[in-house]
Amino acid sequence: MSNWIPICKVDDVPVLGARVVRRDHGDDIAIFRNADNEVFALLDKCPHKGGPLSQGIVHGKRVACPLHNWNIEMENGCAVAPDEGCVQKFAIKLEGNQVFLDKTEVAA
Amino acid sequence: MKKMKLVMVGNGMAGVRTLEELLKIAPDMYDITVFGAEPHANYNRILLSPVLAGEQTIKDIMLNDVDWYEENHIKLHLSKKISKIDRKNRLVIAEDGTTESYDRLLLATGSNPFILPVPGKDLKGVIGYRDIYDTNYMIEAATKHKHAVVIGGGLLGLEAANGLKLRGMDVTVVHLMPWLMERQLDKTAADLLQKSLEAKGINFLLQKNTEALIGDDAGHVKSIRFKDGIEIPAELVVMAVGIRPNTELAESAGIHCNRGIVVNDTMQTYDPRVYSVGECVSHRGIAYGLVAPLFEQGKVCANHLAEFGIGRYEGSVTSTKLKVTGVDLFSAGNFMGGEGCEEITLSDPIGGVYKRLVLKDNKLVGACLYGDTVDGSWYFKLLREGKNVTEIRDQLMFGESNLGDTGHEGQNKAATMADNAEVCGCNGVNKGTICKAIKDKGLFTLDEVRKHTKASASCGSCTGLVEQILMFTAGGDYSAAPQKKAMCGCTDASHADARKAIRDHHWLTSKQVFEGLGWRTPNGCSSCRPAINYYLISTWPKEAKDDPQSRFINERAHANIQKDGTYSVVPRMWGGLTTPAELRRIADVAEKYNVPTVKVTGGQRIDLLGIKKEDLQNVWKDLDMPSGHAYGKSIRTVKTCVGSEHCRFGTQESMKLGVKLEKMLFGMYSPHKVKLAVSGCPRNCAEAGIKDVGVIGVDSGYELYVAGNGGIKTEVAEFLCKVKTQEEVMEYSAAFLQLYREEAWYLDRTVHYVQRVGLDYIKQRIVDDEANRKALYERMLFDLEGAPDPWKELDKASVDRKQFEIIPI
Repeated sequence: MSNWIPICKVDDVPVLGARVVRRDHGDDIAIFRNADNEVFALLDKCPHKGGPLSQGIVHGKRVACPLHNWNIEMENGCAVAPDEGCVQKFAIKLEGNQVFLDKTEVAA
Repeated sequence: MKKMKLVMVGNGMAGVRTLEELLKIAPDMYDITVFGAEPHANYNRILLSPVLAGEQTIKDIMLNDVDWYEENHIKLHLSKKISKIDRKNRLVIAEDGTTESYDRLLLATGSNPFILPVPGKDLKGVIGYRDIYDTNYMIEAATKHKHAVVIGGGLLGLEAANGLKLRGMDVTVVHLMPWLMERQLDKTAADLLQKSLEAKGINFLLQKNTEALIGDDAGHVKSIRFKDGIEIPAELVVMAVGIRPNTELAESAGIHCNRGIVVNDTMQTYDPRVYSVGECVSHRGIAYGLVAPLFEQGKVCANHLAEFGIGRYEGSVTSTKLKVTGVDLFSAGNFMGGEGCEEITLSDPIGGVYKRLVLKDNKLVGACLYGDTVDGSWYFKLLREGKNVTEIRDQLMFGESNLGDTGHEGQNKAATMADNAEVCGCNGVNKGTICKAIKDKGLFTLDEVRKHTKASASCGSCTGLVEQILMFTAGGDYSAAPQKKAMCGCTDASHADARKAIRDHHWLTSKQVFEGLGWRTPNGCSSCRPAINYYLISTWPKEAKDDPQSRFINERAHANIQKDGTYSVVPRMWGGLTTPAELRRIADVAEKYNVPTVKVTGGQRIDLLGIKKEDLQNVWKDLDMPSGHAYGKSIRTVKTCVGSEHCRFGTQESMKLGVKLEKMLFGMYSPHKVKLAVSGCPRNCAEAGIKDVGVIGVDSGYELYVAGNGGIKTEVAEFLCKVKTQEEVMEYSAAFLQLYREEAWYLDRTVHYVQRVGLDYIKQRIVDDEANRKALYERMLFDLEGAPDPWKELDKASVDRKQFEIIPI
């Protein structure tokens, strides 16, 4: 059985924007899309003070947290120096327009 | 492709900073080789004085250790002095025969101390003051000898004297001129300085001309004799009478020199393959010896080495800060005055404070501060910007911080603050933390300190203090920033450049701006993108399309994000007026959505705090009130008093006028938030004196005040003019705000804008020029005509509805 859960379409996520995915257990996951149509998924919780990254401004491969403007690399979830800290990153699978998240990761 | 070879001769601060800048923008372009004559990697030369004084160690002042060169794949030759450049074959040859070829050569050979040509100058115990070797020599000498003489009463000489005194020597400073630091200080300040150094036990001999240094049988200096015949003992003589650009190597290679290696504005020498930066350079006839201009040169040079071809170094205005613990001293520009200059002086010799400001043509041209230097950076900014100071002249002496600064207990002397004293009240950063970061991470600029410590990074009211700490800890002059400040790290363009280009080219999209002005990032960052979006829609209303993804979340969600990720909702109450029906609906919403906090705001309306994002649309619908825009860089509120409708003192209908103003401005986006107030009489219950536009009704009409601010720094609004009718109030207010919308930089409040352009300019454009006023008023009305309410007309206001939907798993 496939381990990938379909989440949404790429087009459901605005360019240079994000959507929030809610799980039964655990914090929300933020799905981002940048100008090159790359899709990323991070825990929706800034490593600084827990701000919702999904509400931030997406630029390049980074997102700026809306609370105190920490910049987080969307590829690995880590803060841009000199700030320090990382947030959990989730694997993404794209099949055409369909976005999938890893079932085990989401359940963990 | 084969990499080009870059060879740098000299391993000092300016040169290495150039390499750092180069690696940032073109990390893979060159194979880099560095030759340093000293056996050390790159250290902070400015901090040799604290090392001498025993306040820091050599280890503390290293900027780039040997590992740094390795990590960046730079080949480093230490203790190798280059003796020859073969320009024809593009080779440099060191004294020990090491040879390297180059495609580009960077000369960063620095400067040499000037040694007075007096008999005995070559005796043992006679040195200049320039590097780690000299510093260690002095530290060593202090353990063996008693009498030290420092020749030269300038910055370096005094720092050397202070250090040697702390090391236990009897120190005499010999100076040719009638007072100390004559190039940086006037006599009064110099006398205060001398007194405080004498109190530390340093002796001074002024107006003394050295005739000879006299040696003992072993060839070691034992005394110094002056032209007037006086002779005093000296087992250590430090020559600190100035520096000379080190051009020996360049001259021997036939590169044009004239009191420095001559470069153009791209830091290129007369040989196009050879660049030069630092103290060895002569740029437009000036050789700089302070770190900030040299770093500026480095940045420009790196840009051209990377073949980006943008950026020019156009010279710097410099300032001076003495690094003697416990002495606060600052000077900049032409502080001596002269013909056509006016002076403002404050002198308190007992309190140890002296300040002198020199003005010419209504501009600040020089400043000399002793004892209280907190405003040094502010004066320096006024001086660099060449701003007209007529309007602030009566307060100029009292500095920027004399009015309503908050957040750091009114502290203004960083030097006297304890390490555990809080500097930044927003982010809870104390002095010790800032000092440590500056030392440990080798920070030089305010921006770097902000990034690393967050001090002064929020509201900015402690910026002056942080700059002082930076000056004291990192030394030198860190702040000779270019007159033009880049918007952010994405670009070299300033806000002015961006605004102008958008207007000139009729650009309508961010993409055009980013491409047209050569942005380094594909779609900007959270700092520049909102600014550019604002500039586009304010310059070309109804043509440029607003981009929600270029707005901060509050303006995308049309509510105000809170620390826990919930939102606050503030419905509009025109002029602070409401009805029982509205209040009932608000109460119902608060109960229905379990709103945890209901609060009356300072803008005379009601805030519902703690609403979930997914509930926002329903909350708006249930409220059935207009958006209060309490979340936007936009019109916020028009605060009113009761006025003549009810009040027994009221002279005008303030509520009615307030509502009219607020309705006119509904939906107005602006560089920052905008607040108005209308009071019905001079008792001014609506607090119009601290609003962006304040209206005060008097019996004969209305007084208009602009550019007040009740925030971070309390600023009292300035009187613009008096008008007779409500229609005129509307026209003048709208014209002023439209001018602000068209000309201010993003995130500047009206107070910042008016401070930049001057109230006279505002009066010319609004009060004196009727046609222009009417045109501005028309443009405001045109822009706001049909402005949608984002809570009711979501589609028309291009609100993305999907953002409110959560994706379930």
